[in-house]
Amino acid sequence: MQVFKIPESIKKGARFTFCPGCDHGIIVRILAELIDELELKEKTICATSIGCSVFLYDFLNIDCIESPHGRAMAEATGVKRARPDKFVFTYQGDGDFASIGLAESMHGALRGEKVTGICINNTTYGMTGGQMGPTTLLGQKTTTSPMGRFTGTYGYPIKVAEQIALCDGTAFSARVAVDSIAHINQAKKVLKKAFEIQLKGLGYTFVEFLATCPTNWKMTPEEAHDRVKNEMIPEYPLGIFKDITAEDK
Amino acid sequence: MDNKVLVKGNFAIAQAALNAGLECYFGYPITPQTEIGEYLSSEMYKRGLGYVCAESELAAINMVLGAASTGAKAMTSSSSCAVSLMQEALSYACSDEVPVVLVNVMRAGPGLGYIYPAQGDYNQAVKGGGNGDYKLIVLAPSTVQECIDYTYKAFYLAHKYRNPTMILADGLLGQMMEPAVFGEYPYPEIDNSSWALTGAKGRDGRAIFSVATAEDKQNQHIYDLFAKFKTIEENETEWEEINTEDADILLVAFGSMTRNIKAAMTELRKQGLKAGMLRPITLSPFPSKRIHELAQKVHNVVVVEMNMGQMVNDVKLAVNGQAKVDLVHRPVGQWLSVEEITAAVNNILEKNYASV
Amino acid sequence: MAHIVIDENRCKSCYICLNTCPKGLIKKSQKTSKLGDYLVEFVDPKKECVGCALCAARCPDMAIVEVHK
Repeated sequence: MQVFKIPESIKKGARFTFCPGCDHGIIVRILAELIDELELKEKTICATSIGCSVFLYDFLNIDCIESPHGRAMAEATGVKRARPDKFVFTYQGDGDFASIGLAESMHGALRGEKVTGICINNTTYGMTGGQMGPTTLLGQKTTTSPMGRFTGTYGYPIKVAEQIALCDGTAFSARVAVDSIAHINQAKKVLKKAFEIQLKGLGYTFVEFLATCPTNWKMTPEEAHDRVKNEMIPEYPLGIFKDITAEDK
Repeated sequence: MDNKVLVKGNFAIAQAALNAGLECYFGYPITPQTEIGEYLSSEMYKRGLGYVCAESELAAINMVLGAASTGAKAMTSSSSCAVSLMQEALSYACSDEVPVVLVNVMRAGPGLGYIYPAQGDYNQAVKGGGNGDYKLIVLAPSTVQECIDYTYKAFYLAHKYRNPTMILADGLLGQMMEPAVFGEYPYPEIDNSSWALTGAKGRDGRAIFSVATAEDKQNQHIYDLFAKFKTIEENETEWEEINTEDADILLVAFGSMTRNIKAAMTELRKQGLKAGMLRPITLSPFPSKRIHELAQKVHNVVVVEMNMGQMVNDVKLAVNGQAKVDLVHRPVGQWLSVEEITAAVNNILEKNYASV
Repeated sequence: MAHIVIDENRCKSCYICLNTCPKGLIKKSQKTSKLGDYLVEFVDPKKECVGCALCAARCPDMAIVEVHK
């Protein structure tokens, strides 16, 4: 019996162009599996973003619009308001979602847009070669914080899932990781929950994924996963920060 | 719909957009076009259509990009300094071939400027304020009636050619009341099923994107876009000309300045001067060919505009040395009056003849 | 019979699977990819694979394309 196959909504013969060991691949696969499981392919429109996540439409066999940097939530809003019966999600990095696009992201949440935001937090700008991003941890060395991020110059990292949970239009906000089998399974469940809440039309749903960037962290993939476990999760705790369906019970 | 009504330019544009089948409006307030968003907020709600008070002009134009990518008729409206914020998305929309409709009710600039009317955004609109090689379709109405007519046309052209289209009005037109007839939306609906994002039902997923990682693909894409602009130029270039058959002097203006050059032309004719006028209606594509033809017959071309001389450069390119081109202008504010224009034209002629 | 299928074209030699298989059935291969990195191979002479699919779940490149139980 075949217990694993490439998801149907992955394009035939698609090969990820992410760096070796990058968690983006796992997240895209989870996403594709859920699109299959929930039979969303025929009603989904995705707003992709700029950065490593830009080539999503090369991998997923769904309708996608590429958004200018930071504007994925605005595109998603436009799509959803024009076609309220469609299933709409954004797929963005932390720089796109929480730095250049923070205004769009926050206001989308505040308006309670019935879309799902997916933010891949790898604490750096990956595509451009590892600069300091909004989620770069204190002490973390990047090409633009070579002495490490210290607050006097660089300020503090943003805890995205917690911030989004504070918005009244948010129906669901959670943070997950994909560094271990347990976390991957949990992440899929959480993302499924978010998708289901969107399908019920209850408000904005958001999932932040802690992810690795082995290339720019200058680590092997497994060292990078250790960093997620030992450095990121203590700062960015995993969990569901808001779930209006849980409060109903 | 066929009754003559007294209506303000901004309301005319908003109601015409509704008549054209507007499905989504996204906007952010800025004087002197705020009435468009105000009017549509209630009208769209009544009709169960998409309306968002966007958090910024950046968000507004990108919402239009998102909505229009599904094939919906979507629009935003704004004014000068805020249209500057939208240039990135317009560049994307052009490359993505998404039918974005944008209304720019121009005010004074540069910078914040002020709410006086002006025509200082000609270059931004026509030359493209965003990055890369691209062209918008730009329509310049001169009366409230034309605000209606060219709003209809903007939706038609945007969807027919899958090219972002701008209605370039100004504060004078936006705030002015005139009698006008709405009529029905006169254009056929365009089938967008071959490209619109509707969910990959019974077909493979589609992507609307502008990134091209291969040089030859990017080159080909731009060649294709410009082949399309060429078709638009051949089919859609529109202008109005009066008294050009026997004209020695050709007055050229766009938008609401047209009103005053028409009157100035009549005045100059009374003074015994053979004046004619031409006003480009599509600023992009520009009626260069016609201006070049007329330039062979006239002695003087006088461009009248409310900026430091922007359209005059396109007129000079079109005239290409076949006639003398002069500029009568004021940067912002009080529109050049008929008296000022006629006096300026006489002045120009005296100087020209003096130098002969 | 439980086994996995590896797509060598997709494999980027990140070796996450080596650490993941509880039975240690995935090993570095002597074969190299186009970039010169050693690929991985499934070696299961004692038929120990139970088709748990943990390797496929953690592979970031879907290079483990099939798992059979």
